[in-house]
Amino acid sequence: MVERLTKSYFVAERAPGLLGAMKGVIHRRRRRIEALTDVSFSLARGELLGFIGPNGAGKSTTIKILSGILRPDSGHVDVDGLVPYDDRIRHVARIGVVFGQRTQLWWDLPVIDGFDLLRDIYRVDRAAYVETRDELVAMLRLERLLDQPVRQLSLGQRMRAEIAAALLHAPSILFLDEPTIGLDAPSKLAVRRFVKRLNRERGVTVLLTTHDMHDIDALAERVIVIGHGRVLADGTFNSLRAQIVAENPDDSDETASLPIEEVIARFYHLHGASEA
Amino acid sequence: MDAIRLLIRYGSASIRAQIQYPFNAIMLGVGQFTATMIDMIAIWALFARFGALDGWRLGDIAMFFGLVSVSFSVADFLSRGFDVLGAEFIKTGQLDRLLLRPRTLTLQLIGNDMRLSRFGRLAQGLVVLCIGTANLDFHWTVAKLALALWAIAGGTALFFGLIVIQGAISFWTVESLEAMNVLTYGGVQAAQFPLSIYARWFRTFLIFVVPIGCVAYFPVLAILGKPDPLGAPAWFLPVSPLAGFAFLAVSFLAWRVGLARYASTGS
Amino acid sequence: MDLARPYVAVYTARFLLMLQYRAAAFAGFLTQCWWGGIKIMVYAAFYRASNPSTHPAITLAQVATYTWLNQALLALMPWSCDPEVALAVRTGVVSYDRLRPVDAYAYWYARAAAFMTARAVPRAILMALVAGVAMPLLSFRELSWAPPPSAAQSALFALSLVLLVCLASAFMMLLNIAVVVTLNDRWVSQSLNPLLVVLSGSLVPLALYPDWAQGALFLQPFAGIVDIPFRIYSGNLAGAFAYGGLALQLWWILVLVFVGRFWMARVMRRLEVQGG
Repeated sequence: MVERLTKSYFVAERAPGLLGAMKGVIHRRRRRIEALTDVSFSLARGELLGFIGPNGAGKSTTIKILSGILRPDSGHVDVDGLVPYDDRIRHVARIGVVFGQRTQLWWDLPVIDGFDLLRDIYRVDRAAYVETRDELVAMLRLERLLDQPVRQLSLGQRMRAEIAAALLHAPSILFLDEPTIGLDAPSKLAVRRFVKRLNRERGVTVLLTTHDMHDIDALAERVIVIGHGRVLADGTFNSLRAQIVAENPDDSDETASLPIEEVIARFYHLHGASEA
Repeated sequence: MDAIRLLIRYGSASIRAQIQYPFNAIMLGVGQFTATMIDMIAIWALFARFGALDGWRLGDIAMFFGLVSVSFSVADFLSRGFDVLGAEFIKTGQLDRLLLRPRTLTLQLIGNDMRLSRFGRLAQGLVVLCIGTANLDFHWTVAKLALALWAIAGGTALFFGLIVIQGAISFWTVESLEAMNVLTYGGVQAAQFPLSIYARWFRTFLIFVVPIGCVAYFPVLAILGKPDPLGAPAWFLPVSPLAGFAFLAVSFLAWRVGLARYASTGS
Repeated sequence: MDLARPYVAVYTARFLLMLQYRAAAFAGFLTQCWWGGIKIMVYAAFYRASNPSTHPAITLAQVATYTWLNQALLALMPWSCDPEVALAVRTGVVSYDRLRPVDAYAYWYARAAAFMTARAVPRAILMALVAGVAMPLLSFRELSWAPPPSAAQSALFALSLVLLVCLASAFMMLLNIAVVVTLNDRWVSQSLNPLLVVLSGSLVPLALYPDWAQGALFLQPFAGIVDIPFRIYSGNLAGAFAYGGLALQLWWILVLVFVGRFWMARVMRRLEVQGG
């Protein structure tokens, strides 16, 4: 079990330039937004971790730092022996990232052409690529989509293609940032089932951020809750529930059977975490 | 007239919208000025290298160029609505909205988007005319000024007509035809030099088909008081800008045909 | 070579994609024919009307061929930044390109080169047919697009053409980076185009400018984009001068790539810290 230690405190500065108004050009006001403060956790190989929190809590920032495209102000990140933002090229070759809100595939290219291009960009051995690709196409049922340009796909189809694209180079770690956003029910199920298989059967380490609590319910045994840039909880889902119950001892029966969203909402509320 | 007042309203609305981004507006204007001024560098270099051109001097060329630039810039300012008719009005269905208004379509299209950046070319034309005046040591009289304005009017009519035809064509194919751009921008390019240097077939084209020659070459000859080396009669020279208006009339015929087709097929 | 795989792949993909825009190629072609024709008629008039003693070190026939070449290969000039970069800047996704395990500069460079060459090929073919084949047949031979005077000259031209593309791509990279820094793509072509047109020899062959300027004009970086290659083609730059021209092209490529890489590294670093 290789331990991936991630311990970081970051105070990311965002400078909203008030351009447009002459005053803004002269006086650029800088506001410090503390995107992440003293976030630490470690993830073991083969784990499936859920990352939740209200909007603006710092989930995307964490993923960006872990993938190497954002540099923390302070703190240390280690992913499988590499520091993501320092060893960018080597690190990035070993991870897969899926952003729910934007695609990494080429808009005008047919899916299969996009896959082939990725194969060359990631310098994947051709024979290995064909095997991996065919497997992914079968598992995600992409056969009929391969010749279509990405812009013609529906959201559900695009997400499946997106996930396949992220795995073509057989990474050992997969980051999923809101993968089920906007998907219809069958598509969501397909994605969840796939990710679970990937994790269980292939041992791919998965870090999943989502707003959909059913994703968490279905997949993650361990969750980390982020609020206002801080880690609010790190443990199993049931321990979260236990905390809520502890706060309301009188309604413990009721609380024990609350729907998952309610539990999370109460948890946020408990810690004063709300949308930034 | 009521139409004029409406145009002024449109104009001020367009301009007010552009003024909101003053830096942008100025930059675009300066950009246009520079881009159009570049041709003078070419002209200067050629005269510096070769001396004269068949008795024509740099100042003569500057007169041709300056005049036609001014004409085009005014036409460009007024005609953007026709220019983008296909892309912005027909394709999007906006044209129907305009047709539902109790105003002539032409008026609405003129007022549609009056871009300040066109003044970049206007300024360039004026500067070039000044260069020509200085180079030729020319003295403007009221009569010559009037002739120049008359030529500019004809030129504006001609270029406006070209863009109206482009708009008319978009009733048939929604893609705006590059061919028209060739004639407008290309026309300005061709008008920089005296017609005498061009091949015969091209000269004929520039006099009788798209009468660019009639709104630049001939009137400038009249202004400068030079006879035409090609032998056009002296009375013709000051009258030639009429051809621009004639062209405009023809282009509006084409426009009406196009509009009628649009109304009957409903796009 | 495995090292070059991603870059070759992205070049090929973009090239093939750009070739699809055939309608635009034809439209531009008409304009270019007109422009070339007018310019040549003007040059011919000047040559004809003047005293041969004032003639420059370039013949009318060479000027004519030069002009046709210039019009045919207009798309090989760095008019603006790469539209894909402009789009990335507008949608705020520039840093996501760093999720790929490739050198960012080389990746964008290959893309830019593909963009320009793909747009140039169809137009060049059309122009060659009109000015190179049809014109001589219609007895306009002296003003047509003549072939190079010798095999040796052709070889030199081929080399110069490759260097031209490399140089133009290096320029486009600078524009790309400028757009990323200023977050705006509209000012780029506005300000740089006049300079480009004049100094490259696109407005008027550099040899037609006054003698006192010839030295400086030959040495500046833009000359390698139009003037040097097309004069080599027609033999106007031969022997030592041709080699000198090639060396100058190479020199400027190295300088611009060096500056570009350095600048890009700094800009990307800043993006890493600021995000977006």
